[in-house]
Amino acid sequence: MEVLRNKAQDLLAQGQAQIVIGYEAGTGGIRRPSFARTAADTARLVWDADCISNLAGYLTRPEIKRMGKTAIVANASTLRALLQLTAERQLAEDAVLALAVAEDGTVTELATAQAVTDHVAALPDALSAADREQMNLLASMSREERWVYWEKELQRCIKCYACRSSCPMCYCGTCTMDCNKPQWVPVPSHALGNLEYHTVRAMHLAGRCVECGECGRACPVGIPIHLLTCFAEESVHQQFGQKAGASAKLDYALGTFRPDDKESFIR
Amino acid sequence: MTTILKISAESLEALFAALGDSGRRILGPTETDGRVDLGEVQTPAQVADAHLQLTLSAKEAVFPRVERLLSYKTMPGKVELNDAEPDIQPTVLFGLRPCEASGFGSLDSVFNWDSRDKFFNARVEQMTVVGLSCTQADDACFCTSVGGGPGSTKGSDLLLTPLADGHYLVEILTAKGEEIQALAPHLFQPAVNEDKEALLAKLEPHFDREALTAKLPGLFTSELWAEQSLRCVGCGACAFVCPTCACFDIQEEADTKEGQRLRCWDSCGLRQFTLHASGHNPRSAQAERWRQRIYHKFSYFPQRFGEAMCVGCGKCTRACPVDMNLKEHLTQACGT
Amino acid sequence: MATKVATQFEPKITAFVCNWCTYAGADLTGTSRTKYQSNVRVIRLPCTGRVDFMLIQKAFARGSDGIIVSGCHPNDCHYTSGNYHARRRWMVFTELMNFIGADMRRITFSWVSAAEGAKWAALVDEVTNTVRELGPYTEYQRLIDAGVA
Repeated sequence: MEVLRNKAQDLLAQGQAQIVIGYEAGTGGIRRPSFARTAADTARLVWDADCISNLAGYLTRPEIKRMGKTAIVANASTLRALLQLTAERQLAEDAVLALAVAEDGTVTELATAQAVTDHVAALPDALSAADREQMNLLASMSREERWVYWEKELQRCIKCYACRSSCPMCYCGTCTMDCNKPQWVPVPSHALGNLEYHTVRAMHLAGRCVECGECGRACPVGIPIHLLTCFAEESVHQQFGQKAGASAKLDYALGTFRPDDKESFIR
Repeated sequence: MTTILKISAESLEALFAALGDSGRRILGPTETDGRVDLGEVQTPAQVADAHLQLTLSAKEAVFPRVERLLSYKTMPGKVELNDAEPDIQPTVLFGLRPCEASGFGSLDSVFNWDSRDKFFNARVEQMTVVGLSCTQADDACFCTSVGGGPGSTKGSDLLLTPLADGHYLVEILTAKGEEIQALAPHLFQPAVNEDKEALLAKLEPHFDREALTAKLPGLFTSELWAEQSLRCVGCGACAFVCPTCACFDIQEEADTKEGQRLRCWDSCGLRQFTLHASGHNPRSAQAERWRQRIYHKFSYFPQRFGEAMCVGCGKCTRACPVDMNLKEHLTQACGT
Repeated sequence: MATKVATQFEPKITAFVCNWCTYAGADLTGTSRTKYQSNVRVIRLPCTGRVDFMLIQKAFARGSDGIIVSGCHPNDCHYTSGNYHARRRWMVFTELMNFIGADMRRITFSWVSAAEGAKWAALVDEVTNTVRELGPYTEYQRLIDAGVA
């Protein structure tokens, strides 16, 4: 932890970064995002196995961009999202200094997209074992059972948009949900509105989701919505062989095509 | 005039049966997959044990997340308009925390401020609140800082406080509470020398709400709000779980032949909340939206209605994806 | 005297077709006086690339029991590659819809060219028969108005 705090302090002191985004202790000891702009702020920074949230969403925020060069304490999710945001040209390549903290507390500066790419390549799969199990369970259900499962889960949705707001890939200034001339997706959180919202979100994240699970963790009513976006992402991975968050140079899978794409389901 | 009695666990079960027989629906905290939601129950055993708080708030019982206000059909030369008549059953909200129960007062201030809201009032009239005092509190709780308390009777028609011997102390607070007692008076016993205060959770106040209200007008242009809101992701989770947040949106769902008008929850934390038709947004940054949330609850509302639009339940803090701890932020504002 | 006929379920089929191939193909079916079942409601769009997956959901939400999406064969797109892009989107969309448990037997994708009037008639008949067999899409329709107090 001291190594990280000292590193953050050095970066700020030497002007290599104007802000260091990391984690600090929150209510009841949970980990929450932290923003260090002065040497004193860096004392709040912590790093441990509980630092699981994806911080990359802050990188595209105008308030943060205005502050100058950003360094970010990055776990695997944050690094993947950083790459994907770069691939989607939301961040200039090498605009952000990523700080990867190893288990022994040593800090590695990942200053270029290439360095992040190499670092991420060595990391284990994004999806947790529990989520993988749940995905498999859903796959083993009959279609009717899956429908009932999602109908029941989604009826709890209150459309607070915590999922959208905490997703680093949901950076659109005006979301489809907010397009109201005409109103594409119903605003109220009734059954139809919820189903349409979550399927639209999953489709819009297909080929872009880094499977960090932040949306599922953000959900105040505990709907495993990240399974939808992860499923859509894996569908793209399996069918088109590319994975979001693996490289800073990635064309959007659904923005292109191959003449020999699958045809068997078309009559 | 408060009557103080006590009731045994067995008698409480009999009271549930009596409530059911009287045609009342009982909604109470129920646990599913570690989550506590308001659900229909028939016996005390179905009520979540030793829970601290509902995830969502009980405001849903009087202010549903989506409700129909009216519907219509268009025909050649005329429009058939139908006011929605909500189907409302007599309902007992059992086991609400005192903070949650006192939230209905704030909602009432809003829904009956200039005109009387038909839908809200119809539900409130049919509702009886059985509160349950708190014997525990967590880091998000701060009821004692905003005028409430773990054993506050405000908003409850009847308040239960668990006693060490398995009985509950019963305070009968209103005419609706008396109606419940009258359903089965034999189930209640006299309470002698019970020290309610000793049974309650201990929660020291963290800040002085009135001092905060007095201070806020001078802090409007403070950097504090931008500082605090840097972490905020701008969702509506805090407002939607809040027992006192009453902002709503009116949505028309219609085609060329028929339509309906719905009222659904809205939140000042969302960018679109203040977006004008012109494209201009008077609260374009999250800092301004966060400040609005604080000012509405602790400055504008107290100025108009004499009390804060916050009951200190801490639901917003628990629901927040990035731990925007309200108690901490308000304490910080008091010290600025 | 009208005799009472046992009413059998008649499905509502919505067809999203492209202007250049399938719409012209369906027109050919008509001008060729080929008969096919009248359950289909055709919605003409410039290209299958315009068929946002939300249109499919909207059609179900408005009471469709089955859906056809049809356009130009690969290589024949008026806009060169609209159908290729659409095909990719459907590849993911069909899997996602299956994952949420939607009944994919109710959605049919096809290529029908301006010369394939007979194919259009056969397609509509087949889809109509299949969906009639499946019955009304009650699973989806029970979502309508659910969750409104």
